Amino acid sequence: MTIIDKTMSVPGPRGGSESDGPLLEVRDLHVEFHTRDGVAKAVNGVNYTVDAGETLAVLGESGSGKSVTAQAIMGILDMPPGRIPQGEIRFRGEDMLTMSNEERRKIRGQKIAMIFQDALSALNPVLSVGYQLGEMFRVHQGMSKKQAKAKAIELMDRVRIPAAKERVNDYPHQFSGGMRQRIMIAMAMALEPDLIIADEPTTALDVTVQAQVMDLLAELQQEFNMGLILITHDLGVVADVADKIAVMYAGRIVETAPVHELYKRPAHPYTRGLLDSIPRLDQKGQELYAIKGLPPNLTRIPGGCAFNPRCPKAEDICRTDVPVLHQVSEQGGGEIAGRGSACHFWKETIHG
Amino acid sequence: MAELNKGDEPMDATPNVSEVDASGAAATESAAVEAIEAPVERGEPILQVRNLVKHFPLTQGIVLKRQIGAVKAVDGISFDLYQGETLGIVGESGCGKSTVAKLLMLLEKATAGEVYYKGQDITRLSGRALKAVRRNIQMVFQDPYTSLNPRMTVGDIIGEPYEIHPEAAPKGDRRRKVQDLLDVVGLNPEYINRYPHQFSGGQRQRIGIARGLALNPEIIICDEPVSALDVSVQAQVINLMEKLQDEFNLSYLFIAHDLSIVRHISDRVGVMYLGKMAEIGTDQQIYDHPTHPYTQALLSAVPVPDPEAREGRERIILTGDVPSPANPPSGCRFRTRCWKAQDKCSTEVPLLAVPERFKGADTPAAHESACHFAEEKDVVHAA
Repeated sequence: MTIIDKTMSVPGPRGGSESDGPLLEVRDLHVEFHTRDGVAKAVNGVNYTVDAGETLAVLGESGSGKSVTAQAIMGILDMPPGRIPQGEIRFRGEDMLTMSNEERRKIRGQKIAMIFQDALSALNPVLSVGYQLGEMFRVHQGMSKKQAKAKAIELMDRVRIPAAKERVNDYPHQFSGGMRQRIMIAMAMALEPDLIIADEPTTALDVTVQAQVMDLLAELQQEFNMGLILITHDLGVVADVADKIAVMYAGRIVETAPVHELYKRPAHPYTRGLLDSIPRLDQKGQELYAIKGLPPNLTRIPGGCAFNPRCPKAEDICRTDVPVLHQVSEQGGGEIAGRGSACHFWKETIHG
Repeated sequence: MAELNKGDEPMDATPNVSEVDASGAAATESAAVEAIEAPVERGEPILQVRNLVKHFPLTQGIVLKRQIGAVKAVDGISFDLYQGETLGIVGESGCGKSTVAKLLMLLEKATAGEVYYKGQDITRLSGRALKAVRRNIQMVFQDPYTSLNPRMTVGDIIGEPYEIHPEAAPKGDRRRKVQDLLDVVGLNPEYINRYPHQFSGGQRQRIGIARGLALNPEIIICDEPVSALDVSVQAQVINLMEKLQDEFNLSYLFIAHDLSIVRHISDRVGVMYLGKMAEIGTDQQIYDHPTHPYTQALLSAVPVPDPEAREGRERIILTGDVPSPANPPSGCRFRTRCWKAQDKCSTEVPLLAVPERFKGADTPAAHESACHFAEEKDVVHAA
């Protein structure tokens, strides 16, 4: 992928110099879990970068390691059983994995915030939403209870919860699914972080509410010029909001591309299979293409390319050599910016 | 079918049924069983739902319980399911689509209304006739993790229907039948002694489908059968279901919230909102020529996996949430979120019928839609 100049990793002061160097850079990250059945290798060398104001979509099926990567960035992995044997997570150039807990706590919530999938279980059911929203201000900014509550009402207004003043003392179960997700967003936005990680933020919601929530998220992102990592399995949601996409399979990034490029001409057989296997709203096709087989067991990832047992193009080399993320280029030879494919036969896949 | 039904009747008419009275109960039961076992021609209605209502009472007090209201989960819906077709039912959570499934399976008792299976009102059947109906209508559930008993082997799970309906398979024959079923749904027949936890989500859903097929039913009610599965596995299960439909001549009632999947598999589609049917028609009529504003909003909100299309497509973003079914809005239930709403909408309940302006016209917009101001609008295709 992009090789970052050493000079770029000098931490810049907050504010002005945000344009140089990526906001977040994940380099060769590995995460494994020690279980009774052996070591589950959930993440096997993930690299990506996110700039301010940019939306990176991480696409993958369950077990592809997309959420584990996010948890490692947030520093909320359960360790043990989880372990990070190697890799770097640089936020504004500083490696968060070598920081002290105290330093990390200052970043978490204030600089990097997370939105979880299931708002009902992510919110505490015995505390009012106002209290939970205000907690951010009390803990990080030392505000008084009264000030914090006023801030909480302001936040609820901002995410367009009607009658925020009356509802600030309500409990999570008194809100609908869409409203709860708005409260989650409000909580993540509270301290105006630089980066937001949204882990399947709309998966549990209905389509009409999903559209509302994604619109809100995009609007707030623009307002604060935040970086956004959107983790999802929904190719439709990705097409709507992402700038660039990283497709994950068995703990590795198998393809990276700007959003338009990926849908037009995928360069990895897995991405192509995924795109072909979803039914379309605007056309009724014949039989759906189905990727055969199942995602691999993470304690026994197949040798070579992890996708080889399911791949229609697999040859001997795929079973022995792990493909690196190749820079994808045009037929004539010109490199396509931001495109990579971890397939031995990417040329045939994209051009053939 | 025709003689039972006395010809084709309009949608709102009640199919002709022999009244069950106490004196001739035994005789009518035999007649009912006979009717249920009679074959239905392809394209004839096999299931007719008329004004189906389910209200769940809301009570207050522990000792002196009194009813203070009702959750109107299903509030008067009618539709036909034809032999050999797939009818998709879509709607947001809380619109009553799963309650419809339970009512058709007789897992819930309907508050009012009738469900005719081959001319017999199954909500009033009992005994032998009811058992015969239950054998012919089977269900595939949403969550393959909780709908299979973790303490039973796959063979016992798929073979359990034979315990209740022993006439479907003689005892010595069952193991072979179960193995055949495993083969039919694309699982290795040697897995018969394994337990559900040894399978992945997609494989478990195949087991659920095999159980549904065991008694060779005519109708399978699928309640969100693929929504818990990964994208790459969804396509496998959808393809399997289409293959089985042809092979066993099944009729599907396919309930889902994913509009793209429903379009792919369905011949006709019904859109539900807050316990009522908003619009119903063929897949082309609903998706390419929707006339109900709710259908239009729903379709326009679906993210299309094509970044090019997002620029050309009009998005209708509805405000607010679905109102509570315990206290639905007066008149048209969608009016609180509708951009077309006028005074008429709050006083008059719109009926599900072909809109006046399209009546008799030879256009795909001429299908049943419950809106006072129905008009056609293409929201799916990029402008």
